[in-house]
Amino acid sequence: MANSMLACLSQDQPFPLPKVLTHWSSAPATLITQGAEGRLYKTTHLLPSRPCALKYRPPKPYRHPILDARLTKARLASEAKVLERCRREGVPVPAVYAIDAAAGWMMIEWIEGIPVRVGINTWLGERVDTEENEEGEQPAERGDNDNAAAPLVDLMKRIGATIGALHKTGIVHGDLTTSNMMLKPASPVEEIQPNGHPETENKAKALQGDVILIDFGLATQSQSDEDRAVDLYVLERAFASTHPRAEKLFDAVLQAYKETFTKASSVLVRLEDVRMRGRKRSMLG
Amino acid sequence: MSLEKLQLEHIPLEYQVYLGLFRNVANADFLHKQLLSRNSEFEYAFIDASTIISRIHLLSAVYSAINSLLNGSLRTPNVHSEIVMSLNTNNNISDAYRRWGITPGKTRDLVVVKVILPPNSTANQNLSQTQTPDEQTIYGHLEQHVQGTPTPVTDEELAQTTDWAKVRKYYRLNGIQSLDKISDEREKRKQCESLVIVGMALRGL
Ligand SMILES: Nc1ncnc2c1ncn2[C@@H]1O[C@H](COP(=O)(O)OP(=O)(O)OP(=O)(O)O)[C@@H](O)[C@H]1O
Ligand SMILES: [Mg+2]
Repeated sequence: MANSMLACLSQDQPFPLPKVLTHWSSAPATLITQGAEGRLYKTTHLLPSRPCALKYRPPKPYRHPILDARLTKARLASEAKVLERCRREGVPVPAVYAIDAAAGWMMIEWIEGIPVRVGINTWLGERVDTEENEEGEQPAERGDNDNAAAPLVDLMKRIGATIGALHKTGIVHGDLTTSNMMLKPASPVEEIQPNGHPETENKAKALQGDVILIDFGLATQSQSDEDRAVDLYVLERAFASTHPRAEKLFDAVLQAYKETFTKASSVLVRLEDVRMRGRKRSMLG
Repeated sequence: MSLEKLQLEHIPLEYQVYLGLFRNVANADFLHKQLLSRNSEFEYAFIDASTIISRIHLLSAVYSAINSLLNGSLRTPNVHSEIVMSLNTNNNISDAYRRWGITPGKTRDLVVVKVILPPNSTANQNLSQTQTPDEQTIYGHLEQHVQGTPTPVTDEELAQTTDWAKVRKYYRLNGIQSLDKISDEREKRKQCESLVIVGMALRGL
């Protein structure tokens, strides 16, 4: 057993591959992330020209195999059903291509582009660099200039509108962070025209594209103000820790959320409550 | 004309997949009888082309069936019946045959899928089969018995025969506002295709 597992390990593959990835394919799969629950590979669905993400939940050796299989199956099914629901309702999420719940994997549409987290950090980083050189100002002051922050505010609004659309369907995400949103480049026709200044082009590109929600592993059906408010709160905290300099723009998320989702007002009232509890808890340590 | 040979991603190279499309088939009744009587010369997935929207739709079912075969988890007697079953959104096999299979007197255009298993595969039920038939043999057999016009299995050809009323019903695509809002016809088809495929993927879950 140990030997056969070792045989599967190679320099490129730090983990034994799931069985599905040991069969022939036109190109080897790439391991993208190794999370707490599972691994994510980039590979192909049916044809070499159809890239997909393969989400694999390996068996947990410490759990009883029958229980483990049942849990894995239930979680995959739940995640896939949420994705289906979103697709039917027009909420931007990856399409589901194939599921083998017994084997612990599902293949979903590969979303080109970058996580929102990377886009925001790239943009903040580059902005600071250029302006420090020109004016020698402190990075912390940058967010104050409304005009300069406009592209970021615009992205925040797109994020808020997407969450509004999600909540409208009666689903809460459960793990909203800027890593669980992708920025998918818009179709080529809409792409920014080159203006001969590579730096500003890259800067603008970093925040461009459609916001696609991913990772519905913790999503549930809920229409309660509390669950919706917690979704927003989790994202707010994630912003504060991942992008402290963008935190003050978070109002733009809430503004767009309110404009997209008719039941937003009571959620936002509840959000105040959730924030207060959060502060109390952090004061208690 | 000949069949199309296909190599799908994540399927061992020894498994050969052949696709064919016959338009204006005149002897659906005869073909249906061969299936009913389990005539071992007719080991094909015969699919009513009016229920297929695209190659990706068809190939998703083929992949799902071969994947089950590889895992030893077929829910039907063989990989060909499993392909028909894989087009369904539930595990009811007679439902699947009625909707996606041949209907005597009704089926006009026919998609044919033939999967050839490796000779020594444990999943290979056809023990009498000493030599794996080659493409010419398979095509010759189909040409002899299917009275229809051989046609390339392209998205364009498949789109011509699609009965959208049926597809909408079978995959519960009616009354979806987000679909009705899409004005671009190609975009709408893409969205339909993705809903069809997730419906199949969720079969039995
Ligand atoms: N469909 C996709 N297309 C492109 N990249 C993706 C896709 N899904 C996930 N990724 C990338 O892989 C990373 C991890 O994916 P995901 O968040 O779904 O898995 P996870 O966090 O391990 O899952 P879980 O939280 O359920 O254990 C994402 O942050 C993203 O960078
Ligand atoms: Mg994640």
